[in-house]
Amino acid sequence: MTIWHILLGRLTWSSLAFVRAWRDPTLSELIGAAAAAIAVGGAVVLFGLLTYLRAWRYLWSEWLTSLDHKRIGIMYMVFAGVMLARALIEAVVIRTQQAIAINNQGIVGPEHFAELFSTHGTIMVFFVGMPLLIGLMNYVMPLQIGSRDVAFPYLNSISLWLTIGGGIMMMASLVVGKFSTGGWSGYPPYTELAFNGGVGPDYWIWSVSLSSLGALMTGINFAVTIYKFRAPGMTWMRLPLFTWTSLCTSILMIFAVPPLTIATLMLAADRYLGMHFFTNDLGGNMMNFVNLFWLFGHPEVYILILPPFGVYSEVVSAYSSKELYGYTSLVIATMAIAILSFTVWLHHFFTMGQSAPINAFFGIATMLIGIPTGVKIYDWIWTMFWGEVRLNTAMLFSIGFMVTFVIGGMSGIILATPPVDYMVHNTLFLIAHFHNMLIPGMLYGVIAGYYYWFPKAFGFRLSEKWGRRTFFCFFVGFYLAFMPLYVMGLGGVARRSQELFDPTLRPWTIVAEIGALLLFTGLACIFIQLYVSIKQRHQTRVPVGDPWDARGLEWSMSAPPPEYNFAVIPQVSRRDAFYWRKKYDGAYRPADHYRDIELPKNSMCGILVGMGLTACFFGFVWHIWWLAFLGFAVAFGTAVVRSFNRDVNRVIPAAEVAAHDRRWLDRAAAARPIPRHLELTPENEGLAKWQG
Amino acid sequence: MNISPSLRRDFLTYALGYGLAIVLTGISFAFVFYRLLVPQAVFGVVLFLAVIQIVVHMRCFLHISLKQSARSDLQLILFSTLIIILMVGGTLIVVLDQNARMM
Ligand code: HEM
Ligand SMILES: [Cu+2]
Repeated sequence: MTIWHILLGRLTWSSLAFVRAWRDPTLSELIGAAAAAIAVGGAVVLFGLLTYLRAWRYLWSEWLTSLDHKRIGIMYMVFAGVMLARALIEAVVIRTQQAIAINNQGIVGPEHFAELFSTHGTIMVFFVGMPLLIGLMNYVMPLQIGSRDVAFPYLNSISLWLTIGGGIMMMASLVVGKFSTGGWSGYPPYTELAFNGGVGPDYWIWSVSLSSLGALMTGINFAVTIYKFRAPGMTWMRLPLFTWTSLCTSILMIFAVPPLTIATLMLAADRYLGMHFFTNDLGGNMMNFVNLFWLFGHPEVYILILPPFGVYSEVVSAYSSKELYGYTSLVIATMAIAILSFTVWLHHFFTMGQSAPINAFFGIATMLIGIPTGVKIYDWIWTMFWGEVRLNTAMLFSIGFMVTFVIGGMSGIILATPPVDYMVHNTLFLIAHFHNMLIPGMLYGVIAGYYYWFPKAFGFRLSEKWGRRTFFCFFVGFYLAFMPLYVMGLGGVARRSQELFDPTLRPWTIVAEIGALLLFTGLACIFIQLYVSIKQRHQTRVPVGDPWDARGLEWSMSAPPPEYNFAVIPQVSRRDAFYWRKKYDGAYRPADHYRDIELPKNSMCGILVGMGLTACFFGFVWHIWWLAFLGFAVAFGTAVVRSFNRDVNRVIPAAEVAAHDRRWLDRAAAARPIPRHLELTPENEGLAKWQG
Repeated sequence: MNISPSLRRDFLTYALGYGLAIVLTGISFAFVFYRLLVPQAVFGVVLFLAVIQIVVHMRCFLHISLKQSARSDLQLILFSTLIIILMVGGTLIVVLDQNARMM
């Protein structure tokens, strides 16, 4: 036990990616070092820029410590955008490897390749999908139900910082040490100490734990918000569909995330405390890990897909200028999917050896989920029928989703048949199937929602030109990247293969490579779109706040909304409340009287708890026990000390609220109402002309 | 500081719940650690204590009582029960079915 060991635990020089590449300059190591350099360089540039712009104080007091659900939502999405860039680059590297490595070693070695698919999967699910959707729900849901904030703003901030902490761990694993090679599902016994003594599985365990703690608390927060913080008159069957899907998602998070946390903590107990939950010997049962993991994993895919279903419902209805067709059936379908999603987890391990009747039961249950999903697709189609459909970016993504998602659903039904699954499980066919669900089901939905609500959040519209380019890349790119994988999978190519041996596969891998590059171009288009839109924001401002002639409460205030959302809490008497207000001339009217509004003060406790726990878990990974102890003490201490603080709210006086509201109403009175076919022109100031 | 009776009652329920939870957990641990009974019996005891623990949590921490339970409380309890039956029951069926493979 040297002093270094006490101070730095398992950290040594050769833990650093740069040192590894220096000592052993193979292409694989150099690629690893380059990735580490991008991570470090990115951080340095960011810090430098913030310092140069003297933006630290602003960032800290306006954003990082904010408890405003709108800002927290935006921070979630920015964070997820960064992680998406990394995971998508990794996907391109994976595809490049498989395009080159036919009967040769390609560009990355086996270990490195395994790290790549493990980080890609882990990041896409936990640090892209979940934060994107949680961000969107955070921003939109309270506005839709007529609330000033979520139920627990401080908890919301803790969730954010735990999630970001997990992302920081993922980034750190690029630079110091190596990530797990056990895939995003981290099955033992492979990830047990006996076979994997390094820090890789520990990185996976602790970053996933951070994310799952954050998600669990978010689930509780949102569910309570929707239960308790609805505006008067907002009864269950008047909730906008996005709120319905948010509610079902939150409930899924509450029930589905604990099995994951438990499974990873039990694996940690095996690795750190010498337990035998999942080991080969001494009574361990690794099949129970698989069981627990998918008890979480299947509901998780619905956590990722239900909120986009809500987005599509809103988008299709708004851009078809029609009431949502079959509202009740959509609500029932959402609930049915949420419950059924707890009855199918075994389809992820049909081949693990349980008896045939059990497989048959879960196969049938799986196919049943197709029914409510089909209902939804028809409802969206009927919503468009005879509507004034405007084919802008969001609608293109929605229609692209409907077409593509149905194909993925069909391959899902194929996989749900156990005997067929015995043939194609663990092949690229499965990879093609779930990307066929998740890319249209999750990414397209987020992009559509981003386009639709962006003007509300920032007060100006996104560039339509770049939006269409994004759509082209994401739509065509998806088909090119994943249709070949169906073919290769049916041909028997195993997933997670670092090297292929059949030269006839080459054409398919090359097409898939082009597709992956196109998808990457699509992401670039999103960033360019943002840049271009900020540049030309003076022509696209929509301060009055209703640029799409939409129907929900979230469109009934200025864009961007005041921090208290509603000058007075609205009274709801029908579904699509804002639509009816516009119809009966009740919109853009001053309130009878304004009241003082209480809002939570900013607090740095969220950041302290989140970063404290991150430091603690980082200490666990490297066996730096003092750091683990210190981090835990900071997190726990902050939580305790904060609980004594009674002075957590501040008051915005009624006069200020009234003045702000009046200014907005004057703006609305001065604006020219715009018919829908002109909504993409500079004339659109966010006031829609009434057209029925 | 003046403490209202309802605050006082709340505090007492939480304290009682906390105490009971610790005692129940402690007994379970003692049975396992000191091997007070044969394993199967210990399993039974721990299971029994766990069920009591659930009731304690519901009563003292979540304030769910049979009498004045609101409709949404009831819905939530029923839903939780359903999901837990699905998850725990399903796990038992699956793991026991595969058990032969671990021999
Ligand atoms: C956007 C473009 C994407 C591309 C080009 C892409 C590509 C890939 C590739 C090539 C693999 C490895 C296949 C193999 O095992 O041989 C993979 C695995 C995976 N991807 Fe993606 N992917 C994308 C998006 C996503 C998204 C959006 C998600 C989830 C939200 C996701 C989740 C996963 C998961 C969970 C795995 C499995 C990792 C493992 O084997 O442990 N991917 N992806
Ligand atoms: Cu599944």
